Amino acid sequence: MPEVRRPPDELTPTHVSLLTDTQHAQRTLRLRNACLLTPQISNWMAQVAKDHPDVVTKVEYGQTYEKRTISLLKIGLNTGENKKAIWMDCGIHAREWIAPAFCQYFVRQILQAYKTDPKMQEMLKNMDFYVTPVLNMDGYVYSWKDNTTRLWRKNRSPGPSGCNCTGVDLNRNFDANWGTVGVSFDCCSNVYCGSQPTSEPEAQAVTYFVGTRKEDFLCFLTIHSYSQLLLIPYGNPNFTAPNYNELMEVGLGAADAIRRVHGMNYTVGTSPDVLYANAGSSRDWARTQGIPFTYTFELRDKGIFGFELPEDQIKPTCEEAYSGALHIITYAHDKTFSGAVATAAVTLWTMLLAVGATGNTLM
Amino acid sequence: MSLRIIVVLAVLTGVTGSPGVMIRPEADPADMTAHPNSVPETVEDSEIYRQEVPVEEEAEEDVMATGELKPNHYQAQRAAKVVQHYLNTHYGSPFRLFGLHKVNSGNAEDVADSGRKYQLEISVQEIISNTTENCSAEVLFPRGEQQRSPKVQASCEELLKINSTAQEEALFQKYKTNQRLLSAQNLPDSYGHIEPDSEPLWHLGIVASSFVMLNESSENTLYNMAQVANITQLATENELLKFDCHILLHEMVSQEIVHWKLLFTWSPPEGVKVLQMEQLPHCQHHEKPPNTN
Repeated sequence: MPEVRRPPDELTPTHVSLLTDTQHAQRTLRLRNACLLTPQISNWMAQVAKDHPDVVTKVEYGQTYEKRTISLLKIGLNTGENKKAIWMDCGIHAREWIAPAFCQYFVRQILQAYKTDPKMQEMLKNMDFYVTPVLNMDGYVYSWKDNTTRLWRKNRSPGPSGCNCTGVDLNRNFDANWGTVGVSFDCCSNVYCGSQPTSEPEAQAVTYFVGTRKEDFLCFLTIHSYSQLLLIPYGNPNFTAPNYNELMEVGLGAADAIRRVHGMNYTVGTSPDVLYANAGSSRDWARTQGIPFTYTFELRDKGIFGFELPEDQIKPTCEEAYSGALHIITYAHDKTFSGAVATAAVTLWTMLLAVGATGNTLM
Repeated sequence: MSLRIIVVLAVLTGVTGSPGVMIRPEADPADMTAHPNSVPETVEDSEIYRQEVPVEEEAEEDVMATGELKPNHYQAQRAAKVVQHYLNTHYGSPFRLFGLHKVNSGNAEDVADSGRKYQLEISVQEIISNTTENCSAEVLFPRGEQQRSPKVQASCEELLKINSTAQEEALFQKYKTNQRLLSAQNLPDSYGHIEPDSEPLWHLGIVASSFVMLNESSENTLYNMAQVANITQLATENELLKFDCHILLHEMVSQEIVHWKLLFTWSPPEGVKVLQMEQLPHCQHHEKPPNTN
């Protein structure tokens, strides 16, 4: 039995962790430790919550088919009020390993920025960030199992009777034009949409958590790879989002922000335009719930390495994606909040002038 | 008293981001009612929905299929990827590999009884030297009963001038005179890692894969090579090197991983020639890929 080296607390599996210097320790982890993944990620989340008790809480909001807990980190200053919110999920598709890495990076980055950046402090005061590092935990663990499972995509629920294959494509299972286009009803297909909308426990978890708070959410960002795209709703070409123009404009702004980091080009558009038509995605579902800014991020690269992105591209990918995500989040925040003080001031000035004009007894 | 009020107002104006006061985002009336599910809407809702679609959109869809193409949209992108596969198939080597960089413009037209022809202006990158060049290309996707491969013409003069002969000769000699036959697995591995010594084998795998990807492409596919699961050098009597490989292709539209087994030769003057190719069934219950003899 090969020696299993315990990684430092902060460390999560090789491809996921970014900020450690101990590459050697990482490589030792490798594929032998798929079964350690769940506690590692869980421990990392608990540690972050413990290290930042004033702004971070770990919230358990569902269970996978194999009974793993689905958790998110809720990040924001506790003001005691009902706050607006930002949603981010990573790892809907098991093989897209760069995505959970990005969610981790994102969390660390906003907590770092919170220490010194007044803008981030303002945003964490006004909004809560809900970040799910790995939604499809069963699929993710399975993709770590050995060389033959690396390219697994779906979750791990058993096929319906009469069909011998495993798994549902979670990003075709949400209740948004479900089953209409870009899906298969063959349970062996990698785009099998399930027996019915939201049949899968992972999709149910998101649907319930976000659905019961949908008025709060300003942004819903779902992170995937690969292709270097920012996708806006809808996946069914017969429908256009009411705020399509705004989504495009903000998306293009985000793509510009991404390009400024490392020169990488991300294409912005609806799935049917720039990739392929598809129904039942989490992004589309979120848009139908009325959440205004919903985007799918497809991270690096464009096909040379595909799902197996080399380690030296993890950090640059996360840096550029962070820039893009922040652009969208900041826009949504400022659209909702910045006008507030100006309006209040204008109102009071107007009142004062009105009072003054009537020669009132304020003096 | 009024001075105090003015001071308060001035301070208030200077403060940013007061959480106490919040503007509710203006509800977009269409937003409130729009609920695009497959469950039939009331007529009113559908009308609101359709109103949001710019009038040009419907006409645009027809234009998209024929005539000028949007360079970033899938039609031109898929056709351009076929050009990449063509270039690698015919001109690729362990030291010369092509990647689609950008589509600058595209045009599509139906060719009676033949199929659909795409004319493209693209920029292509030679990955190893990191040079990018503009190319013109034509891709014909045939129509008909049989699924036939696309026909490509491409003119990328500058890129093809890139001289990798010396490196290729050196590698060829090295492999020819090796005591042991080479073999490598999982290129790249799960972490995107490739041992430097295995890189040329990875490149050979990409070139050989490009034969298959070119052959299998249509307007409804987008192929990339996901991994060389296994590549093994075979003994030969002649001047060529010979390899057996098991490759995994990623087809983007279906999101499937397709397994192929290839037998191919390589020499610097001849380039890569695929002798045999065979698609492997991949049932989900296979724990190990089939043995390559």
